Parts: sequence; structure tokens; C-alpha cells
Amino acid sequence: MGLFTDLRDSISRAVDRMFSDAEPKRIGIYGPPNAGKTTLANRIARDWTGDAVGPESHIPHETRRARRKENVEIERDGKTVSIDIVDTPGVTTKVDYKEFLDHDMEKEDAVRRSREATEGVAEAMHWLREDVDGVIYVLDSTEDPFTQVNTMLIGIIESQDLPVLIFANKTDLDDSNVQRIANAFPQHETVPLSALEGNNMDEVYSKIAEYFG
Amino acid sequence: MPEVTPGETGDGVQIDLISGARMEGLTSMEKIRLILDGVRDGNIVVLEEGLSPDEESKLIEVTMTEISPDEFNGIEIETYPHSQTGSQSLLDRLMGKGSDKKLTVIGPANQIETLHKDENLISALVSRK
Ligand SMILES: Nc1nc2c(ncn2[C@@H]2O[C@H](COP(=O)(O)OP(=O)(O)OP(=O)(O)O)[C@@H](O)[C@H]2O)c(=O)[nH]1
Ligand SMILES: [Mg+2]
Repeated sequence: MGLFTDLRDSISRAVDRMFSDAEPKRIGIYGPPNAGKTTLANRIARDWTGDAVGPESHIPHETRRARRKENVEIERDGKTVSIDIVDTPGVTTKVDYKEFLDHDMEKEDAVRRSREATEGVAEAMHWLREDVDGVIYVLDSTEDPFTQVNTMLIGIIESQDLPVLIFANKTDLDDSNVQRIANAFPQHETVPLSALEGNNMDEVYSKIAEYFG
Repeated sequence: MPEVTPGETGDGVQIDLISGARMEGLTSMEKIRLILDGVRDGNIVVLEEGLSPDEESKLIEVTMTEISPDEFNGIEIETYPHSQTGSQSLLDRLMGKGSDKKLTVIGPANQIETLHKDENLISALVSRK
């Protein structure tokens, strides 16, 4: 029994390795709007490939299409881990174009932005059910993590048995509270960072290699 | 449990309480349709037993495809997991025994200013039209 289990495990590990050599794991960067997902995706892509993924903005729903950066090779402890990173639109259960009017946008542009945002969120949910092998869940550590969207998304990710890392972003800000995030999701590992300033990126890459390598 | 529909009286708010038994025979898409039809009529929908993670994911996806300017802004949603403690509160009884069953409250985003969640209290502050 034990022998058989060991054998089966080592075969499945070997198969996993064969596939991970053939195809890099696709890691989805998820989280609420404005958490810093694109800033993180850009930093990872710039650090290891030299170019960026997409535009960042303080206006929510800047990312309205899932964007993929393929074959990002991260070197850790003499090993190379190859992943595809997918930057996704911030997930929400509501979008009101009127909120964009506060950001000096004409109605027509605001309506278009909200329509693109809703399409993007629908697409991101689809990716999560079908097309990702692991998730980096990014949260703004100055904000309350106990939201229904966060709870639901983490529940959805768990139900798919995907490996997940929680990133507590924006630690450079005074009211950042990493512990509050760690307390909200004690079943997962929380990694503090500032994607904007590039703080704690060593640990970020070690954890990515450990979880998704 | 029957559906409680007090009926819309002028500026009142209708609450649809949907029992686990009512949901049991439905497909995922039928459940989502039932919820969104209620919410789009301006009602607050209370699910005795909630949705599975997969259904929640589809609910978000379908909600997104139905949002349209000046008409429907999406939903607010809160869930109440089954209490781990032995105490049988009203909500515990409402929710039955299954530990993954969770009372879920869903309402139209434009009408619910805050769907406030507490350990054993649901208060929906509804702005009346
Ligand atoms: N202070 C600080 N600001 C950050 C950090 N990371 C991102 N930001 C800022 O937060 C805002 C949102 O960043 P984005 O990377 O566009 O956020 P996003 O999660 O991709 O947002 P959506 O695409 O709209 O969902 C921008 O103004 C960024 O400059 C950080 O580590 N520290
Ligand atoms: Mg973005």
C-alpha cells in the first residue's frame, strides 16, 4: 500500500515535471480593483524580461482585458522557474460609470470604460475557472481585507484546488496593515511587498518559485 | 420553507426568501436567473443555503454581462457561514445543519447603500426609490 502510494506519487511528480518543462504554469494575478496587480505584473516582467505588461493607474478598472506575459523565467537558488503571468481586471460585483465621472471623464468615456470593465471582469472569472494553474491574490494593505468579494474569490480559488499566495501590497504607505490581511486568510501564506517601490521582491520571487515552480 | 413575498406596496421593499429545497432541483444557471431576476426587479433575495463557489463565480460573470448604464449597476452580496459554535441561533436554524451551507443575501447595488455584516446580524440599509 505504502509502496504503491510512493510509486504513484513519484510517477505523478515525474509527469508534473515533464509538463512543467513543456509548458510554463499560468499564474493569474487576481484581486480587487486598484490593489496594484498591474504594478506588480509590470515589475515582475521588467525584472525578468525587460518589458512591461500594461498601463497602471489610480483610476479603478484600468485593466479591462486579461493580459498575458509568456515565459517569464525567474532564477532562484540556481534553478530557473518559468511561468506565464496573467494580469487580470480587478474583480467586483458592481460597476457604476458615474464613479468615473469624478475622475474628470466625459460621460461617453465613462460609459465605455464601465462597459469594458464589466466585460473584463466576466473574462477574468472565466480564466479563473478554466485557464490558470495558480493564483497570486493581491490586496491593498491599507484597505479592509474582509470584503465579500475577497471572501468569495478566495473560496472560488480554494474550490479549484489552485495554489495561492496572498500579497499584501503597498507596505510603503503609513496606514499599511499586513497583519490584518494575514488574520483574514490564516489558511494561506501572506507576503508583504511594495510593488511600486520594489520592497521585499526577493521574498516575492522566492515564494513564487516555491509555490509555482 | 415557503417563499416570503410581502409584495410591493408603493415605496416598500420586497424580500424574496428562497429555501434550500426550492433551489435544490435547479441547475446553476436557473439559480442565477432566479436571483438576478429578483434583484433586477429591485428585490432583496435571501438564499437559505447559498451557492457553491462555482455558482458564485458564474453569478459574478453573469452579473457583469447584465450591467448597463442607468439601468443596472450590479449586486451587493453578503454570506453568513454556519456557526461553528454549538449555540442554535435563529440564523443557525434557518441555515440547517450542513456546514458549507451559508445564508446569502443579495440585493441591487444601486439601492443598497451598505449591506452590513455582523456576526449574527444582517442589516440592509435600503435607499428607497
Ligand atoms: N504607494 C503605493 N502605490 C501603489 C503600489 N502598487 C500600486 N500602487 C498604485 O496603486 C494604483 C493602482 O495600481 P494598478 O497597478 O493600476 O492597480 P490594479 O490592481 O492593476 O488596478 P485595476 O487594473 O484597475 O484592477 C496606482 O496609482 C499605482 O501606482 C505600492 O506598492 N505602493
Ligand atoms: Mg490593472
